Amino acid sequence: MSGPIHIRSDETFTLNVGPQHPATHGVLRVKMEMDGEYIVKAETVLGYIHRMHELMGENRTYPQVLPNLSRLDYLGAMGYTHAHVLAIERAASIEVPERAEYIRVLMVELNRISSHLFWFGAFVMDLGGFTPLMYAIEDREHILDLMEAVTGSRLTYCYFRFGGLYNDVDDDFINATRAVIPRLRKSLKKYDALVTGNIIFRKRLEGIGPISAEMCRKYGATGPVARGAGLDFDVRKNEPYSVYSEFDFDIPVYHECDSLARYNVRMDEMEQSLRIIEQALDKLPEGPIMPKKKPKLIKPPKGDYYQAVETARGSFGIRIVSDGTKNAYRFKLRSPTYSNMSLFDEACEGMMIMDALAMMGSLDLVIPEIDR
Amino acid sequence: MDLTIFNAVIAVVIAIAFAAANAAYLVLAERRGAGRIQRRPGPNVNLFGLLQPPADGIKLMTKQLMIPGGADKALFMVAPVLAMAPAIMSFVTIPFSNTIVAHSMNVGVLMIFAFASFGGMAILLAGWGSRNKYGVMAAVRAVSQNISYEVPMLITVITIVMMTGTMNLHEIASLQSGGFWNWNIFPVSMSDGFMLQPLMPISFLIFFICSLAETNRAPFDLGEAESELVAGFHTEYGSMGFGLFFMGEYANIVIGASLITILFLGGWGCPFGLYPGVWWFLLKIYLLIFSFIWIRWTFPRTTIYGLLNLSWKILIPISLFNLLLTAGLLKVF
Repeated sequence: MSGPIHIRSDETFTLNVGPQHPATHGVLRVKMEMDGEYIVKAETVLGYIHRMHELMGENRTYPQVLPNLSRLDYLGAMGYTHAHVLAIERAASIEVPERAEYIRVLMVELNRISSHLFWFGAFVMDLGGFTPLMYAIEDREHILDLMEAVTGSRLTYCYFRFGGLYNDVDDDFINATRAVIPRLRKSLKKYDALVTGNIIFRKRLEGIGPISAEMCRKYGATGPVARGAGLDFDVRKNEPYSVYSEFDFDIPVYHECDSLARYNVRMDEMEQSLRIIEQALDKLPEGPIMPKKKPKLIKPPKGDYYQAVETARGSFGIRIVSDGTKNAYRFKLRSPTYSNMSLFDEACEGMMIMDALAMMGSLDLVIPEIDR
Repeated sequence: MDLTIFNAVIAVVIAIAFAAANAAYLVLAERRGAGRIQRRPGPNVNLFGLLQPPADGIKLMTKQLMIPGGADKALFMVAPVLAMAPAIMSFVTIPFSNTIVAHSMNVGVLMIFAFASFGGMAILLAGWGSRNKYGVMAAVRAVSQNISYEVPMLITVITIVMMTGTMNLHEIASLQSGGFWNWNIFPVSMSDGFMLQPLMPISFLIFFICSLAETNRAPFDLGEAESELVAGFHTEYGSMGFGLFFMGEYANIVIGASLITILFLGGWGCPFGLYPGVWWFLLKIYLLIFSFIWIRWTFPRTTIYGLLNLSWKILIPISLFNLLLTAGLLKVF
C-alpha cells in the first residue's frame, strides 16, 4: 500500500462509486474508469440487494406473493401490487367492482405523486440543494397520512386484493384528499419558483445528460426517461388498464432528451395525476369493494399471462406462467428502473462525474427494484 | 502600542478564543438557520440547543484519530492544523472597532490574503495525504477554485486600495466613518475627497461571490461535494482532524465577512453616524454570515466548469474593467 504514487499523464484510474455512496441512493455500485474528472468507461455492478422475489413468486401462492411486490419499489409500491392483481384477475377471470377500480386508480395516482415528490427532493439534493427535499417530504407526508388511514401502511402497501380492496375509503378520506389537492398545486408552483427557474439548476441540467429516443428503444427505457426523450409512450394511455380510459389526462412529453426534460416530465406528471385524482373523486361510484363471487383458492388456468402498468418509474410488467396449480410456474418481473439504469453505462461515457451523477439522479433509481 | 511578547500572547489567545467560539456557535447558527429555512426545528434541546456545540466538541475530541493505511502521516496530520492556524492568524490584523485591534499593520490586507492562500494548501495536503481518490479529486478541484477566485478578489481589493490609498485595514475602515453614504459600496464615495465610482456595487458583489468561493461555501462547495465526492477532501478525517477543518471553515467565514465589512460596509461605523463601535461591526458581520447561510440552504451546487467559467470569463474581466475605470476616475476627480 505505501510507497510513492506515480502518475502518468495518460493514466486512467478506477473510481468505485458505491456500493455505499451518497449519490446512488442505495447499494448500487458503478465502476468508473476516470480520466481526471471525465468518465472514460462506466460499468454498473448490480445485485447487492438481490432478494429473489421472482423465485419467491414461484414458491409461494399468488396471494402470498402480493406483499412481496410492494417491496420492489418502496416509493411507488401501489403500482406494483396493482400489476399483480390485474394479472391474476385477468388470468382467473375475477370481476372487480367499479368502486374498487376507481379507488385503485386514486391510490396509484396518489402514490405516484408521493413518489415523484420524493424523487424531486432527492434529485435536487443530488445537485447540492438540500432544502427542497425537506419541503417535498413535508408535502409527501400529507399523502402518506391519507394512505395510511385507508391502507394501514405508509410505504409498503398491501392494499389491493384479488377482485377488490382490503378496506373501503370513507368520507374523511375523500374530504381530506380534496383538501390536499389545492395544497399540492400551491406547492408545485412554489417548487417551480424555487428550483425550476434557478439559474444554477438550469445550467446543470440543460443539454446535460443526453438520452436519445434510439437509446431508450435500445435498452427498453420507459416512463419519464423515455418521455423526456420525445417518446410518447405511457401504458395508461397506450394500453389502458383498469378504468384509466375513463379519465381525461395528458401525457407530458418533452423532446430535449436532457436531464431537464426528464425533470419537467415528472413535474408535469404530478399535475396530471392531480387531475386524475380530482376526476376519480368526482366519479367515485357507490357499491361494494369486493366481488360477490370470488374463488377461495386462486388457481389461474394453464396459460401465459402478462400485465403491464405504468408505475412512477415507467412500464412495469409482470409475466405469470401458470400450470393450473396454486403456485406460478414462472414468475417474471420486468422492472422499469432496471432498463432505465442499463443505459447509464453508455450514456455517461465522456461525461464529467458531476454531470453523470446528475443524470443518474434524473433516472429516478430505486435500487431494490433493480435488483429485485 | 508596542508589540511585546505579552501583548502578542494576549492577542493570539483572544483571536483563538474568538475564532473557536465563533466556529462552534456558527455551526449551531447554521443548523438552526437551516432548520428555520427547511421548516423544522433544528437542534433545540437544552436552552435552544446552546449546549450542542460543547457536546459536539467533546464528541469530536474523544474520538480516535484514525489514519488510513498508506496515507502520508505527516501531511495527513499537518493539513487540519494548516487549515485552522492561518485563519486564526488573520484575526490579528482585523480591526473590530477603532480601539479593538490586535496589531494594526500597514500591509494588513496583504497579510490576510497571504494567509488565506494557505487554506488551499491545507485542502491540497489533506486530499493528497489521505490517499483517497475522492480526496484527491476534491483537492484538485478546491485548489483550482481557490486560485481562480483569488484573482478577481485581489483585483477588487486593489480597486479599494487605489481609492483609499492605504493597505491598512484600520485606515480603510476609518475613512468610511460618518454614515452609510461614505461606505465604499456606494457609487458616491466621499471618504477621500469627492469621488464618483458607479461600479462599486458590482465590485461588492464580485467580492461577495469570491468570498463565498474562497471559503468553499455553497453554491461553490466543490471541494466537499457530498453527492459526488462523498465528503471531498476530508473524507478520511474523523475526530478532531475533521473538527479542525470544520472550525477552519467557519473561522474563514468570519474573516470573509469581516473583510467585506471593512472594505465595503464601513467597518465599525454606524450607518447614520451614531455610536460607532464594535457592536456595529459584529452586527454587520453576522448579517453577512446569515446571508452566507441563507445562500447555502437555497441554491444547488454549481459545476466545476461553471465555476471556473464564472471566474475567468465574467468576474475577472469585470473586475479588471472596474480597476481601469477607477484608475481613470481617480485622475479625473
